Amino acid sequence: MTIKRQSAEELLGLNKFNVDEGHPHIILDKSICAKCDEKPCLVICPAVLYTLKGGEINFDYAGCLECGTCRVMCKNKGITGWNYPRGTFGVSFRYG
Amino acid sequence: MSADEKFDAIIIGAGPAGAACAYVLAREGKSVLMVERGVTAGSKNVTGGRLYTYAMEMVEPGLYKRAPLQRKVVREQIMMLGTKSAVTVDYADFEFGEDVPQSYTVLRAPFDEWFAAEAEAKGAMVATGILVDELLEENGKIVGIKAGEDEMYADVVIAADGVNSLIGQKTGLRSDITPHLVGVGVKEIIELPDDVIAARFNLSGDEGAARLALGCTEGTSGGMFFYTNKGSVSLGIVFNPEQAAKRGKKIQEILQDLKMHPAIAPLIEGGTTAEYGAHLVPEVGLSGMPKKLYRDGLVMVGDAAGFGINTGVIIRGIDLAIVSGLAAANAVIEADGAAAVGPLYEKQLEKLSLMPSMRLFAGWHNILEMPRMFSEYPALANDAMRFMFTVDGKVPARMDKAMLQIVRRHVTFGQLLADGWRGYRAL
Ligand SMILES: Cc1cc2nc3c(=O)[nH]c(=O)nc-3n(C[C@H](O)[C@H](O)[C@H](O)COP(=O)(O)OP(=O)(O)OC[C@H]3O[C@@H](n4cnc5c(N)ncnc54)[C@H](O)[C@@H]3O)c2cc1C
Ligand code: SF4
Ligand code: SF4
Repeated sequence: MTIKRQSAEELLGLNKFNVDEGHPHIILDKSICAKCDEKPCLVICPAVLYTLKGGEINFDYAGCLECGTCRVMCKNKGITGWNYPRGTFGVSFRYG
Repeated sequence: MSADEKFDAIIIGAGPAGAACAYVLAREGKSVLMVERGVTAGSKNVTGGRLYTYAMEMVEPGLYKRAPLQRKVVREQIMMLGTKSAVTVDYADFEFGEDVPQSYTVLRAPFDEWFAAEAEAKGAMVATGILVDELLEENGKIVGIKAGEDEMYADVVIAADGVNSLIGQKTGLRSDITPHLVGVGVKEIIELPDDVIAARFNLSGDEGAARLALGCTEGTSGGMFFYTNKGSVSLGIVFNPEQAAKRGKKIQEILQDLKMHPAIAPLIEGGTTAEYGAHLVPEVGLSGMPKKLYRDGLVMVGDAAGFGINTGVIIRGIDLAIVSGLAAANAVIEADGAAAVGPLYEKQLEKLSLMPSMRLFAGWHNILEMPRMFSEYPALANDAMRFMFTVDGKVPARMDKAMLQIVRRHVTFGQLLADGWRGYRAL
């Protein structure tokens, strides 16, 4: 294969995930996000799980790499809950 | 609660810190429970990476020979990247590969799983797929852990839960991590045949190369890492998240740009990306560590305690995690009574040279935080090289004048002096 730029979705598609359906481990209060001007989460999430949809923050916990970067960078506290997924759920690295 | 329901030690997290601690405690006959949230030990862990072997030798001579390590590093390489150029230093030292090789490249999923299994074989109980939610406290002393509805008790709890240590924060010993304290690492595992890796990096047999580069982070504090494994290479970038947020370019895209850099792409050409990972890393050494690493009934080890050394050419975390796990185990073994463990742990950290090393490198992050290290200086090095190697039939500028001009193009003399002074003070 020839080396090429890959999108976040393509890259996440290579990983093994066991999504805890109905139990998001990261919870947002979108009314706080609406007032957050900088929105660093859009840039610093390595999995690009924070996106803007019609001016509103859209977040999908399914491809989370559990790095904690958004937790550390969210100064305006729109992230009201950040925990690791329950045991066995989430990403499973095969190489690491 | 009866005495036989109580462990000598419960370890939270089966990374290298936890596994080393569990291994030694179990070997010395202590009852140990190690709890890990991943389906298997290692399945949540991402590193560069390379492991400095001395740490394994401290746990037990010869132990590393059983470990699923990748390649022994004999080529240490440093790169300064320009937009379409690169200065590369390749230091080959074959003594690094002799006897007990100095370091090996490593993949954490297989390594951590192996280490936990070794601890289990010595008699430790390893419970995977369980997230520890809370610490149990009685009269100001930590007495155990809570996971879901289950409560488990021990004389000592060892927090080995890594850099984003939610448990560590619950101890009251450390405050929440701030963007200043950490770097964000993103990484791809790219599969390549071993003969291709050997040819591209000039390696034979199980030799390996480790490469770090500056000038690839769009001016953000940070750099590239590149390690040769068996059948794959690890390519990634570490960033300061605060600066990256200000620059506004997605971290994921910067890594993709790096893959396409003309000095990097040929190294991975024909490869297939097999995994994409991300993880935080403690970045500011001693100044990011909690003042106290223990309280009654609990000690903190590894990344949770903030151990980490980054000199720009050397990145150490796994080895420090292992040695701190060993220090905690030694303390538990030596102590008569749980209250003695913490102070003995601190003594062990001195004796095993961990704290002295942390103190020696305490100022280094100041050098690595100089913004010009990541754009102006790498660009300057590339421009100087371009001048030296350019022949176009015109009369070239005089060397001294040209060099002066190149320096001025990138920095002022005031900045040079300031950085020099800062560097001098940091050492
Ligand atoms: C990109 C990158 C590159 C690096 N490169 C290098 C390198 O080349 N060489 C080097 O020596 N170091 C390197 N490091 C640093 C090194 O990876 C760490 O220092 C090391 O992994 C720390 O080990 P640890 O055991 O303390 O923590 P970890 O390896 O993070 O282990 C913590 C464990 O605890 C588990 N856990 C966490 N919370 C809970 C809970 N509540 N309940 C149950 N389990 C829990 C986790 O799943 C994990 O298994 C790098 C780090 C990064 C991010
Ligand atoms: S933890 Fe990491 S991967 Fe998951 S959402 Fe936050 S920044 Fe993205
Ligand atoms: S940084 Fe935090 S508050 Fe701001 S938009 Fe992102 S999640 Fe919301």
